[in-house]
Amino acid sequence: MIKFFLMVNKQGQTRLSRYYEHVEINKRTVLEAEVIKNCLSRSKDQCSFIEYKDFKLVYRQYAALFIVVGINETENEMAVYELIHNFVEVLDKYFSRVSELDVSFSVSEMHL
Amino acid sequence: MALTVVSQIFPREMIPAVLPLIEDKLQHSKEIIRRKAVQALYKFYLIAPNQVQHIHDKFRKALCDRDPGVMAASLHIYLQMIKEDSSGYKDLTESFVTILKQVVGGKLPIDFNYHSVPAPWLQIQLLRILGLLGKDDPRTSELMYDVLDESLRRADINHNITYAILFECVQTIYTIHPKSELLEKAAKCIGKFVLSPKINLKYLGLKALTYVIQQDPNLALQHQMTIIECLDHPDSIIKRETLELLYRITNGQNVIVIVQKMLGYLKESKEEYAIINLVGKIAELAEKYAPDNEWFIQTMNAVFSVGGDVVHPEIPNNFLRLLAEGFDDGKEDNQLRMYAVRSYLALLEEGALYPQKFLQVMSWVLGEYSSLVTDVDPEVILKKLHSLLKKTFVTSETKAWIMAAVTKIASRTSCSKTVDKLLQEFSNSLDTCMRQHAFELKHLCEDKALMKNLLPFDASCNDMVVDASLSFLDGFVAEGLGRGAAPYKPHHQRQEEKLSQEKALNFEPYGLSFASSMSASGVTGRQSPTGLSFGSDTSGNSAETGHKETNSLKLEGVRKLWGKEGYLPKKENKVGKENEPQTVSCGSLLAGQVGDPPTLWSDQAASLPEEDKEKQQLASTLFVGLGSNAGVSLMGKMDTTTQKFKRKSKLNEAQNSEDVSDFQNSAALDFGPLLDTVPVNVEDYEGNIHTRLREASLCSSGIVEDNLGFETPQSLKTSGLDDRLSDSRPSQSSLFADSNIEIFQPSPSAQCESASKTQLVPSLPDELEELTHSEVVELCQSDALALYSCKVWTDDSLLLTVFLSNKTTSALSAVNLVFEEAEHFQILESPTYQFPVIEAQSVEHCQKCVCMDKICTQGVLSGFINYQSEMETHLEFSITLSLVDFIRPMEMTTEDFGKLWLSLSNDVKQNVKMSSSQDSLSAALNTLQQKLKLHIVDIIGNEGILACQLLPSVPCLLHCRTHSGMLALWFRSPCAALPDGLLYQCQKVMEES
Repeated sequence: MIKFFLMVNKQGQTRLSRYYEHVEINKRTVLEAEVIKNCLSRSKDQCSFIEYKDFKLVYRQYAALFIVVGINETENEMAVYELIHNFVEVLDKYFSRVSELDVSFSVSEMHL
Repeated sequence: MALTVVSQIFPREMIPAVLPLIEDKLQHSKEIIRRKAVQALYKFYLIAPNQVQHIHDKFRKALCDRDPGVMAASLHIYLQMIKEDSSGYKDLTESFVTILKQVVGGKLPIDFNYHSVPAPWLQIQLLRILGLLGKDDPRTSELMYDVLDESLRRADINHNITYAILFECVQTIYTIHPKSELLEKAAKCIGKFVLSPKINLKYLGLKALTYVIQQDPNLALQHQMTIIECLDHPDSIIKRETLELLYRITNGQNVIVIVQKMLGYLKESKEEYAIINLVGKIAELAEKYAPDNEWFIQTMNAVFSVGGDVVHPEIPNNFLRLLAEGFDDGKEDNQLRMYAVRSYLALLEEGALYPQKFLQVMSWVLGEYSSLVTDVDPEVILKKLHSLLKKTFVTSETKAWIMAAVTKIASRTSCSKTVDKLLQEFSNSLDTCMRQHAFELKHLCEDKALMKNLLPFDASCNDMVVDASLSFLDGFVAEGLGRGAAPYKPHHQRQEEKLSQEKALNFEPYGLSFASSMSASGVTGRQSPTGLSFGSDTSGNSAETGHKETNSLKLEGVRKLWGKEGYLPKKENKVGKENEPQTVSCGSLLAGQVGDPPTLWSDQAASLPEEDKEKQQLASTLFVGLGSNAGVSLMGKMDTTTQKFKRKSKLNEAQNSEDVSDFQNSAALDFGPLLDTVPVNVEDYEGNIHTRLREASLCSSGIVEDNLGFETPQSLKTSGLDDRLSDSRPSQSSLFADSNIEIFQPSPSAQCESASKTQLVPSLPDELEELTHSEVVELCQSDALALYSCKVWTDDSLLLTVFLSNKTTSALSAVNLVFEEAEHFQILESPTYQFPVIEAQSVEHCQKCVCMDKICTQGVLSGFINYQSEMETHLEFSITLSLVDFIRPMEMTTEDFGKLWLSLSNDVKQNVKMSSSQDSLSAALNTLQQKLKLHIVDIIGNEGILACQLLPSVPCLLHCRTHSGMLALWFRSPCAALPDGLLYQCQKVMEES
């Protein structure tokens, strides 16, 4: 089960967030902040799966943009890892060379 | 687009409205729309599984859809459904296998390829489904060996996504019934993962290894070196995963090393969640495999000091219990304790800051066992404790623990300076709790003889603990009885009073909200705000609060009297004094442990004057239960209590003695001069005991029950018992419905053991034969045993009777019947049952009372049987229970129906087609009455109203109306899921007839 999907830049600003489970709005910000802190603190050669509380984070970095997915125990980490890449490839096709600006300025397209 | 919206934002109430529309869309010509429709249905299934139950065959059609997208979407639904119940979908295994074969073989359109791997996520999904289907089922597993082999072979391109598929494959291979060739390949795969330089793969490999190791520990040996490398890996996530793996392979030999590694990690880690998790694991390992005492104590010390206050409260409790209970060898016990005391003294000397929990443990151990260490002057210990008390970082709860320890030590020493100093300091303390303790101690110091009497356990506790006969408790109860059981009344009643107050608090607002909601819905008149079951309760309670008032008044009187007689120095009644604290502690133990549920019953079911009598009986039953296990025929209710206590007694005996000593202090406190301020402390202790209790009740099912003599002739009493229960249970369970009060679930079902040893074909015992029951169904068979079951629908419960017939010519002994925990059902009492012996060619049976925890239309209760013939045999079985089993008619008048109807909030409406055989309303309703056990309240014209309740007492009302061959059903119930479930049953019944 995928719990949430986040797109965050290196400054910690959230560009896109999508929750598949109900989380209260103010709790979301706290959660996002912690998740990002966790991801940013890791170096390139470290494993891209993190255990966080009772679920796992899978993240992938594209230039300055992090994509973080929260999943529970039953999910296959590697599959999700590739799913992120697939998602990015789709975006790439749609915007023809996607960048952070695209993501932040065309929120409505992103939510499709 | 609309379908997307539907699937994302729709609330469950609106599902019935759009369901037909979406069903139509399943036949739409465009693939994308079909796919979206399936997705919407999947969402609905997640929200309200019952409402889409009738379209299962449409899902099957979707699974065979031309378009792979639609098919893929339907897989989600299947994964979910199979997760819940795999047995119903075994026939689909072949189609899943075919699909996977096609996918792996690259038969899908090229659009579905991702980096030249065909539809990887689809493959993963399918593999997962296959894994669930093939679990412990050799026949279905056989079907999938080929395809698994195929996917393993195909997925050897070096790409991340293929690794993901491989991982899933490996997991599936190890889940399903094993086949050696595949296992070999999978093991190779894991090896590749673990050895990979890529960090993500390494992680994946470790995870797979952790999973696999439960089946095949040898694999770990092959990768020993890699694992050890991973342990020192710079990435903490990898480290953690490795530790998880090690945790699984821990045994007596390697425990020291592993725990050492874990502690190392624990010290580095900062995240709270990780710490809690790890600390729990270490403590568990330490308890399980500890090689020697020193190591154990040191490990636990490390755990406590690092884990700090975030550790789970169970850990210190378990630790203390272990210390107190000891092992089989008394000498070793003392060594352990002595070592603990010494190490704590050393630690205190260092004077570092320790977490509160650790301090509490320390003070308890010091108080209890410091006398064992003879070469240390108690004065030294007292000084240390004293200095601790003065520190500001110590919380008042911890201070109470320390004070208790001081009291215990002081009782064994002559008057010491430290104690005097301490008394002076704290007699003026601002903290009322501390002041009480100080006064308490002072009085005790003034009277040494009393002190010795009062705290006799401290020295002898050790023996007490090991003493298995519980004889020391007998003494208390006997004394209590001798004194007319009066002494413990105050405590008992106070608890009752507390409960009743709570109840009053809880229910009154409910009543009000009912009233307001009713006026809002336009009901005029001054009806009392009572729905039927809620209502009777509310009114009953408001009436009862009056009684309770007097009750508490009486209590006031008693307490004062007590103060005079028991504690004021004028009346020097030493015997009395000695008795009081003890009986009180005993009484409060009663109240806390066994007394709790019965107290509740009695305060609801019985009138006030009866209460005293009942308490006495309770005490005597307890006495009997503890003492001799002789089957003295008392009242049915008492019997349950006895049984319950018996079951727990083994565990409790240790706890009792702990608690008793703890309670001495707190109970004695009660009679101190500051009587009117409620001692915070007592409550602390009470809370403490409650947690322990809960623990105890959890553990008790695990504890072997063999020596507890189950063969007391109880079968005769069941009927009496049922009578009693029937009047107490509804009210009690509606208490649960509002559950703001914490109650220990009493175990109302009795297990009766009337042996019907005459024939092999099982039949119900006579008293059950009269009740409505189902056919006796065979569940499973082996060479030696056959298992049958039968459902008995009593008025207030579902009794599941399981028969075991021994087909061999020799007696079988120690047959264990265990029900596995089910999602939807709960077995009252323990889910296990042991038959001490089953004679040759005979039938034994047991009964379990089942209740529905979570509402579902149909669920499976599974379990297994263990027995010893030539070798250990394990026999599994499962019983299907349907919602109807838990539905009982509910008698009420039309007027009541009206009132209740308005007060209920969840409603569901649906039209059902009536078949020609039941064209009239009454015919249709009669079908419902017969098949579903609904009660017809009234029929007016073309409308009818019915009522029923889900056990124990959730009402559901049904309003029916006919128009042009359709039956419009309208359900209302306080529980949201119940109408859905009932609707499904109604539809089924109507279709059948």
